[in-house]
Amino acid sequence: MEVTLKKEVHDPQGSAVENSLKSLGYEAVQRVRVGKYLEVELEAPDQNEAARLVEDMSRRLLSNPVIEDYSYTLEEVRRQ
Amino acid sequence: MKWGVVVFPASNCDLDAYHLLRDVLGEKVEYIRHDAATLAGCDLLILPGGFTYGDYLRPGAIAARSPVMGAVVDFAAGGGPVLGICNGFQVLTEAGLLPGALYRNSHLQFRCLETYVRIESSSIPFTGAAETGKVLKMPVAHGDGNYYLPEEKRLELEENGQIIFRYCDFEGNIVREANPNGSVDSIAGVCNRAGNVLGMMPHPERAGEKILGSEDGLVIFNSLLEFYGNREVRGGA
Repeated sequence: MEVTLKKEVHDPQGSAVENSLKSLGYEAVQRVRVGKYLEVELEAPDQNEAARLVEDMSRRLLSNPVIEDYSYTLEEVRRQ
Repeated sequence: MKWGVVVFPASNCDLDAYHLLRDVLGEKVEYIRHDAATLAGCDLLILPGGFTYGDYLRPGAIAARSPVMGAVVDFAAGGGPVLGICNGFQVLTEAGLLPGALYRNSHLQFRCLETYVRIESSSIPFTGAAETGKVLKMPVAHGDGNYYLPEEKRLELEENGQIIFRYCDFEGNIVREANPNGSVDSIAGVCNRAGNVLGMMPHPERAGEKILGSEDGLVIFNSLLEFYGNREVRGGA
């Protein structure tokens, strides 16, 4: 899952990284945004139920809808 | 009247709040644990500052989902007064009790300094003993005090009189240099629509004794005592 600041929200970390890249000489850099990457392992009978759970936990805890957006991909892993 | 100070793992201004209430103001106060099911009959609640759960995920995010918050939400819905200070403010926004969000200071630095804030509304129980426009000197100590909410929401807060404190210079002028964290419109504290839940980044509990450099924070506690306890304002500003 990726959680990122909404595009209209100023990203102080992104600006700091952007400036650092420019100071290294990467003049091609136009903009940097810093976000979060989360891996959640869960048990679900199928992908639909897994998606429902992930949506639910994203809204309730993993992202703050005032300042953040989230996106995710699902990957099926068989139990060992 | 009994005050409750909610203690989460890694709250650290719980002691300051408790000390001010018990030793300076002579009030009845008790700690309420993060895993408590009830609020032990408290009449006024404080969510103190700190770095609950190490600020993991987002400041206040995990504390806002801890067991005691169910009781806090019910208490607030019933009109009970709740004051969130610093991390407590972050917890209240994360719990949905206050609008907006608090995130990384725009300059990325942790700021620990004296600030001045102007009371923008004294028509709520938290500021009733003061006059609108009064300037208070109180310290801040945070890395995530940058208050944000979308412009249309900000206008809504303004219209409803929910913006309670703005950072200012010592004369009360709202100037950019006085804003320690980049918060939108220099907002330092907001309340909910009903006016019984207040969140603020500055620390009134650390500005309640001369030896600490300011007694200006007392006006908030005295306002609450006056409003809810029907008692005379004592001491301080």
